[in-house]
Amino acid sequence: MSETRDAALDCFIAAAAAALELPLQAEWKPAIKAHLHVIWRLAALVAEFDLPDELEPAPVFET
Amino acid sequence: MSAWQSAAHIAEAVNAGRTTAVAVVEATLKRIEERDGPLNAFTALTHARALARATAIDLGRAQGKVGGPLAGVPFAVKNLFDVAGLPTLAGSKINRGRPPAERDSPLITRLEAAGAVLVGTLNMGEYAYDFTGENIHYGASCNPHATAHMAGGSSGGSGASVAGGLVPLSLGSDTNGSIRVPSSFCGLFGLKPTYGRLSRAGSFPFVASLDHLGPLARSTLDLALAYDAMQGYDPSDPVCVDRPAEPVVPGLDHGSNGLRVAVAGGYFKRGMSAAAQEAVGRVAAALGASAVVEIPEAARARAAAYVITAAESAALHLDRLRRHAADFDPAVRDRLIAGAMLPAPLVVRAQKFRRWYRDQVLGLFESVDAVLAPATPFTAPRLGQQTVLLDGAELPLRPNIGIFTQPISCIGLPVVVVPVPLQPLPIGVQIIAPPWREDLALRIAYRVEKDGVALAPRPPR
Repeated sequence: MSETRDAALDCFIAAAAAALELPLQAEWKPAIKAHLHVIWRLAALVAEFDLPDELEPAPVFET
Repeated sequence: MSAWQSAAHIAEAVNAGRTTAVAVVEATLKRIEERDGPLNAFTALTHARALARATAIDLGRAQGKVGGPLAGVPFAVKNLFDVAGLPTLAGSKINRGRPPAERDSPLITRLEAAGAVLVGTLNMGEYAYDFTGENIHYGASCNPHATAHMAGGSSGGSGASVAGGLVPLSLGSDTNGSIRVPSSFCGLFGLKPTYGRLSRAGSFPFVASLDHLGPLARSTLDLALAYDAMQGYDPSDPVCVDRPAEPVVPGLDHGSNGLRVAVAGGYFKRGMSAAAQEAVGRVAAALGASAVVEIPEAARARAAAYVITAAESAALHLDRLRRHAADFDPAVRDRLIAGAMLPAPLVVRAQKFRRWYRDQVLGLFESVDAVLAPATPFTAPRLGQQTVLLDGAELPLRPNIGIFTQPISCIGLPVVVVPVPLQPLPIGVQIIAPPWREDLALRIAYRVEKDGVALAPRPPR
């Protein structure tokens, strides 16, 4: 991760925690950042895949 | 009665009058008290209700009532199932403060209606966010084949209790692999049914889009007996699909001749140990499965499941994270907090991808009836192990345990895991079927078991 992105992630975590009213302790932040980095990498892998606009999300399968 | 009797054998003996339900349950409770220490599988025993239930079964038989297909069969449930009178812990410290459940989960009620007897609740990874069976609050569930090794999670106690000969049958939950991973590590048969097949009412949730419940046992027949007893629509679970029960026991011995079984290639051939390769090879050879099929975009499907898991579990626990963050297992807490910060468009995108991926995989099932894949990339790691060596690279252990199970549960396909008794530790193979075709996966499992290729091995004493 670049230093810029790393710093941006630190800012994002602080802002998101405040917005979500999540009380974070300083010693939790490295692990949270590591997890967030993994989740975003995997989310990007999904998001870069081209899908039709009309495709319905699929939370439930009935057939 | 031996610790290793199958559920089918116990029910047959009780119904024939060769033993009583009370004798079976008393022996089971005694065995758990004597042998559970090193396994740490149980978190509560239900002595009084178990003996009352067994007494009622014996009384019914004395009065001429026909016993059920699971008459007198002791079973236990992962402690995320509601059990009347107990708080539903879901592996957590926080849930100790919940009021006791007012009634049993419908799946417990259905198993007991078939004659089974609940004897206790089982250890699990906190809030089911786990593949190891380790738990900071209650200690790890240990693998009966080597107690310094993981039972697998998150249904760790469900695996350890059955593989250790404490009970013949348990229930677990599977969101990303939590029935299939303990089945693989502990050398058991496990069934994750189609999403929406079995009621999830009366169980503590994890990821609404991906949660399933199902049984673990030491034989295919026992899985099938339990599954048939639990089938049927339940309006109290909005996800449970209104379709009639489709009993599998009558067709279990129909064999696999004529069924087109293929092995999953590509993604499912990479990043696995020699043991996993050997196990898949043995099952494929027994079935004459030489064709290889590519499950398209499996890596992205696993990523979608990971993202949805992060977001939905965080939403579920958001208030607890605000008020009781220090009472979580730190490893779980930090993942949940990270999930809470995931932007919504990425989550919706993952849900849209599931639709696309499901359509592709359903198309694949037009040319095959079932697909074989490893259940786990390796046999049970040692407790506390943090990394694993795969293809010459040292990788973090936890996120790699579920790489072969997540792309399958991502779209709710039914899967039976069959255990291959390798030395020194067993490992499982997934038999994956199209939606609503649990019967096919169970038929194939039964055939492989009859051939002696799949077997739930007894651990050393």
